[in-house]
Amino acid sequence: MGASQTRPEHNYDDLTDKSGFSQEQIKNLYQRFQQLSGNHEKISRDDLDRIPALNNNPIRKQIITAFFDKRNQHQNDVGSLDEIGFEQFLMVMSHFRPVNSTATEEEKVTVRKQKLRFLFNMHDTDNDGIITLDEYRTVVEELLSQSGAIETEVARSIADAAMLEVASTNVPHMAPDDFYEGITFEHFEQILKGIEMESRMSIRFLDMNTATMRCGKLSS
Amino acid sequence: MILILLHGSRGEIPSKPIAATILPTVKPNDGVQTYAEDQKNNLPVFTMNYPRIQIPFEITLWVLLASFAKIGFHVYHKITIWVPESCLLISIGLIVGAIMHSVHEEPPAVLTSNVFFLYMLPLIVLESGYFMPTRPFFENIGTVFWFAVVGTLWNSIGIGISLFAICQIPAFGVQDINLQENLLFSAIISAVDPVAVLNVFEDVSVNEQLYIVVFGECLFNDAVTVVLYNMFSFVAEMPVVEPVDVFIGVARFFIVGLGGMAFGILFGFVAAFTTRFTSKVREIEPLFVFMYSYLAYLVAELFAISSIMAIITCALTMKYYVEENVSQRSCTTIRHVIKMLASISETLIFFFLGVVTITTDHEWNWGYILFTLLFAFVWRGLGILVLTQIINPFRTIPFNMKDQFGLAYGGLRGAVSFALAFTLPDTIGRKQLFVTATIAVILFTVFLQGISIRPLIEFINVRRTNRNLETINVEIHCRLMEHTMAGIEDLCGQWSRFYWKDKFMKFNNRILRKILIRDSRAESSIVALYKKLELQNAMEILDTASGDISAAPSIVSLSYTKCRKKFLAADLRNIHDILSKNMYKIRERTVAYRGKHALPNDSQTREILIRRHATIRRSLRPRSFQSSNVPRTHKYFSLPAGKSLESRFDAPARSSSSKAMIPLHRLGTLEEVPSTDVLNEESSSTGEGVFRTNSSYSDSRVPHPRRLNSSFDDNNSSVDDLRNVHEEDGAEQVGQRQPASPAPGWAAEPRETTARNPLLRRPQWNPKKK
Repeated sequence: MGASQTRPEHNYDDLTDKSGFSQEQIKNLYQRFQQLSGNHEKISRDDLDRIPALNNNPIRKQIITAFFDKRNQHQNDVGSLDEIGFEQFLMVMSHFRPVNSTATEEEKVTVRKQKLRFLFNMHDTDNDGIITLDEYRTVVEELLSQSGAIETEVARSIADAAMLEVASTNVPHMAPDDFYEGITFEHFEQILKGIEMESRMSIRFLDMNTATMRCGKLSS
Repeated sequence: MILILLHGSRGEIPSKPIAATILPTVKPNDGVQTYAEDQKNNLPVFTMNYPRIQIPFEITLWVLLASFAKIGFHVYHKITIWVPESCLLISIGLIVGAIMHSVHEEPPAVLTSNVFFLYMLPLIVLESGYFMPTRPFFENIGTVFWFAVVGTLWNSIGIGISLFAICQIPAFGVQDINLQENLLFSAIISAVDPVAVLNVFEDVSVNEQLYIVVFGECLFNDAVTVVLYNMFSFVAEMPVVEPVDVFIGVARFFIVGLGGMAFGILFGFVAAFTTRFTSKVREIEPLFVFMYSYLAYLVAELFAISSIMAIITCALTMKYYVEENVSQRSCTTIRHVIKMLASISETLIFFFLGVVTITTDHEWNWGYILFTLLFAFVWRGLGILVLTQIINPFRTIPFNMKDQFGLAYGGLRGAVSFALAFTLPDTIGRKQLFVTATIAVILFTVFLQGISIRPLIEFINVRRTNRNLETINVEIHCRLMEHTMAGIEDLCGQWSRFYWKDKFMKFNNRILRKILIRDSRAESSIVALYKKLELQNAMEILDTASGDISAAPSIVSLSYTKCRKKFLAADLRNIHDILSKNMYKIRERTVAYRGKHALPNDSQTREILIRRHATIRRSLRPRSFQSSNVPRTHKYFSLPAGKSLESRFDAPARSSSSKAMIPLHRLGTLEEVPSTDVLNEESSSTGEGVFRTNSSYSDSRVPHPRRLNSSFDDNNSSVDDLRNVHEEDGAEQVGQRQPASPAPGWAAEPRETTARNPLLRRPQWNPKKK
């Protein structure tokens, strides 16, 4: 890990600007990246799959996919990558930065939108900008799969109820024959507008070096 | 105390309530003697033996009077908005005290140390602990403890030292109060009791963070205060304090706090475990909750560790498991009784405060008291400011200035301060002064701050919270976010609270639930919420259903001839039909589709659900595939009873763009009861939604759906014209539902054996929802 720890310093400045992390945080994340990738330049899906702690997570697939999703790169691409480099890793992580208390209102709104966008992309697996019922169902099933003894029927009912909720909140004047296409991003924002994203979707990225603090958590 | 008793018993029948001590050891023995002299040979026709019943009688009268006062307040609604209840209670107490004083009665000596600490305080604390919203609490637990512990210490030491400094000034004439006594006094008055403030916060629905911090701080600083009080009163009797004692004090503090928590958790688990086996003795289930909490309290008192912490942690741990094990009725009983007892206790305390204010001998010292007030205010404000600055970087949602103002201004003093002051040992030289000062501080804060906080909070526009986030979407996404965050944390190797929460939940599910819950199938909170919402809606429908339930419909009798299980299923199906039509109607308060005699009113908000449902059903009916001329009114009457729809459903579903159409199958109950499987007949999967009771219902169901509509319209106040036409239908509908009522009944019975009812599972922090 020592040799590849060095990275040209000027790259860090770029990354700091783009992602909003501090130098310390980038260094830490870089170490983690190295650990995950086995000191290669890129991480593939298998690398992430191998993290043991993620095994118990019901939505691990979605999380991992999110890293390879181009839409999370703050650019306007769609599609997915097969491997990601450190910069892309960092960009995805930047979604979870907590909001600076000194941020302006607009910045807060932007950050919130970003976080919501991340969630939306997690749902919308076929990249069409709409969460359809099937996609929603998949998510709900995955979420509930851990609770045991939940039949698929139940999960479907819940997904349906949730979709209906969205429909009725957002499109109250539907004509009898309209079909509700799916949840668009605006509707998504609307239904979640009460939730405080700042506390729920932020990780306090440490400035300290956590490499020495881990105790064999990762099999790399 | 005995004097008072004798005085009371010898006297005339008191027209005013004079409560006597309720310590069981004191009994009026002379009552027997006064009666003995009436020994005659013939049987007395009419006798009276007041002394025998005196104690319970007076207690009852006292409680009744306080409760009447409470009723009285709510008669005029505006009062309770502007004046907090504690103010009103104290005022009534003042009036009664004035009356008593004018007839030279002694104040009741009920409020002894024992009575307060053994009987009254545990009830209040149990209520607070039981109804604490757990999720926000645990998310803010660091802040809560920070403010409770450090804040109280800061306050008491600050106030104590400044008062001591004041005492040095000869002009005030209080030089004889030494440092220990000052510290003791300041420990007493730093106990914050924002009962009034919490009500205001709820009404105004301030942001959750502020609420939970105020709430938690109030709760836990009682523990800290009592510990400090005990420590300082011990110290106050010591002539010299050495540094060793200080260290011992600190060590004791930790032992007391952590020991209390440990006891609480232990008793909580034992209680949960006990309720696992109480399925046959439902009537005494609430008893266990109370007995175990009280036991935790008493045992902690036995070892002189923090009994408040014990009872709070006991309630917290117990609640989660017990509410899954006990029946719904027990659950309701527990909640109601806790609230009732706590209410009585609090009412009595404030009442006595008012009475005692008038009737005790006060020692008034302008300087001391005014400075006490000043310092109490100043130190609280300073304390909040400083502490918030320190803790804000650790919070994800920092407190802004308005929040801090709310926190500081909400620092009212109340019951605990009063009781502690009143029960000061008499060895303290200036006890009366302390009592007077405490009462002054309490009255000042409760009246002034209590009344003014509402307009102030609204004026400065403290961050509000968005109420009513109990939608399924929100719940799903909250869970999604939690899992995502846990995953991301695992991924980047940085642990924080999501990680710990995750770990705890796993431990909980794997081990704890299996031991402590009778039927330990882990239930996701999403599912629980869904069930709860469904159940709520069902109950609302039943509540608002009007109609003559005495008209026994043929359907009912028909169904009754079948076996009970099938009836439940059919009824459930009906309820679910209604639910699936009404579910969002109730939440959105839209006027629903009117049914066959009224054209749909375009000016009103459409009910999506109906439309969707209608569309689906129309497309499902076999003959409607050819023609769309089905009369609108029959749209959702077409529930094809007895037909298994999967095959039909699949074909059109797939043909249209599957991703666009939301198949509105009936939202099946999530019961694991076999009889409810039948509800899933419309599911688009080829699942097990087979109507087992098909044939028996095909005839009874056809006329029935029409009534579904009518009764559901009956629920709308705007559809009066339909009432006449459909009244008998409505009656039938209701009638058919009636055997299934009360809704909890039918829901509870199959669920006795399954996961506990979700309706009362989690008391959310519901501003304005009681």
